[in-house]
Amino acid sequence: MTWFLDHLAQVGGLLVTHAYLAVVPLVVGLALAVPLGWLATRFPRLYTPLITASGLLYTIPSLALFVLMPLVLGLGILNPLNVIVALTLYTVALLVRTVADGLSSVPEQVRQAATAMGIGPVRRFVTVELPLAVPVIAAGLRVAAVSNVSIVSVAALIGIAQLGSLFTDGFARDFLDPIVVGIVACIVLALILDLAIVALARAVTPWLRGGRAG
Amino acid sequence: MNLIVAYLTDPAHWQGSGGIPARVLEHLIYTLVTLLVAAAIGVPLGLWVGHTGRGRWAVVNLVNGMRSVPTLGLLFVAVLVLGPRIRGDLAFVVPSILVLVVLAVPPILAGAYAGVDAVDPLARDAAKAMGMSSREVLFGVELPCALPLLFGGLRSAALQVVATATIAAAVSVGGLGRLLIDGQAVRDYGQMAAGAVLVAALALAVDLVFALVQRVAVSPGLVPARRRPIDRKNPTPANPVA
Repeated sequence: MTWFLDHLAQVGGLLVTHAYLAVVPLVVGLALAVPLGWLATRFPRLYTPLITASGLLYTIPSLALFVLMPLVLGLGILNPLNVIVALTLYTVALLVRTVADGLSSVPEQVRQAATAMGIGPVRRFVTVELPLAVPVIAAGLRVAAVSNVSIVSVAALIGIAQLGSLFTDGFARDFLDPIVVGIVACIVLALILDLAIVALARAVTPWLRGGRAG
Repeated sequence: MNLIVAYLTDPAHWQGSGGIPARVLEHLIYTLVTLLVAAAIGVPLGLWVGHTGRGRWAVVNLVNGMRSVPTLGLLFVAVLVLGPRIRGDLAFVVPSILVLVVLAVPPILAGAYAGVDAVDPLARDAAKAMGMSSREVLFGVELPCALPLLFGGLRSAALQVVATATIAAAVSVGGLGRLLIDGQAVRDYGQMAAGAVLVAALALAVDLVFALVQRVAVSPGLVPARRRPIDRKNPTPANPVA
């Protein structure tokens, strides 16, 4: 506890970097997964290849992906962008399936009703199908957020500073305090992101709140 | 790219206790031991929870909670706390395997539980109506029907174990992670990248083996029809599973 209080500023700084490295891929990944998921539902022939490709991507261990990224991107190995791109790939891989499943969970009657009301395909997607898919997408996003936080810490092994650096520092000095503080900080960060997504999903789906009469 | 090819085609890297085949073997042994122990814990427990319906809440929370624990930190804590109590080479291997087991149990447990839980209640009732005992229902109906999801749990556990066993090289255990960690220490990017390619290939191979075993083990009657989004001309899809 004293170690934590003495190093409050350092832990805080690492926490901010950690949050940045975990959240940016989440946002970018979601932005990429929505059109890909739409493609997978709109063109059924694309569903299997897209899902298989993302499954294969997800198979690659994180440390391996972090190490290979510089080769693909042509950046220095210490560039945090490698971690961001690698995590974005994981996020997309996880979310494409969720988005596709969420979109196909929209009842066909609803789609037809919207069409019958004269709503065009683009507006129907943005204002009807996507909002109705939010609960399913949010569930996937929560998994992605929490696993991103855990995976980011692995990047400490290739020398990218974030909360995981507390693990490597503590281990090198045979000193438990920083490791425990790092673990707790990671769990707290994961919890905050998780709650934030739940709150956000709740805010954009007002019709799911309140009485479930009828 | 040339660095990787150069590393992989050097015959010296394919021999001896630090050679690629030895590292692959170590990695596979860690993975296999972990999965056996984790399955011995997770499968019976998951089947029991699914069969009796007791402790569902605990299973769901355990799985979600464990996901947020950073594996690297857990690994270091285990080695620092348990390592000094164990003598010799095992000081690093035993705590690492322990952490791998801790990580592998939740997905296996969840797969077994979800598998039993998702069994069609009609099938269960039919089995009971035919006079099968609770045990017969579990092993004759629920377990075979649970296999697809159970395999799903095993496969995600296996992937997680292969990935985390790589990270475990940071605490001086063997396996392919050694190439990455040692390469990092001496700034040999070729070795690191070659290790990364091998780890990725190993993960894919392990998953493929599981997929093949799954194909053999799961009853053909349970293999879901190819998932199709709703046919626009025929909006109510036929539901083969009553």
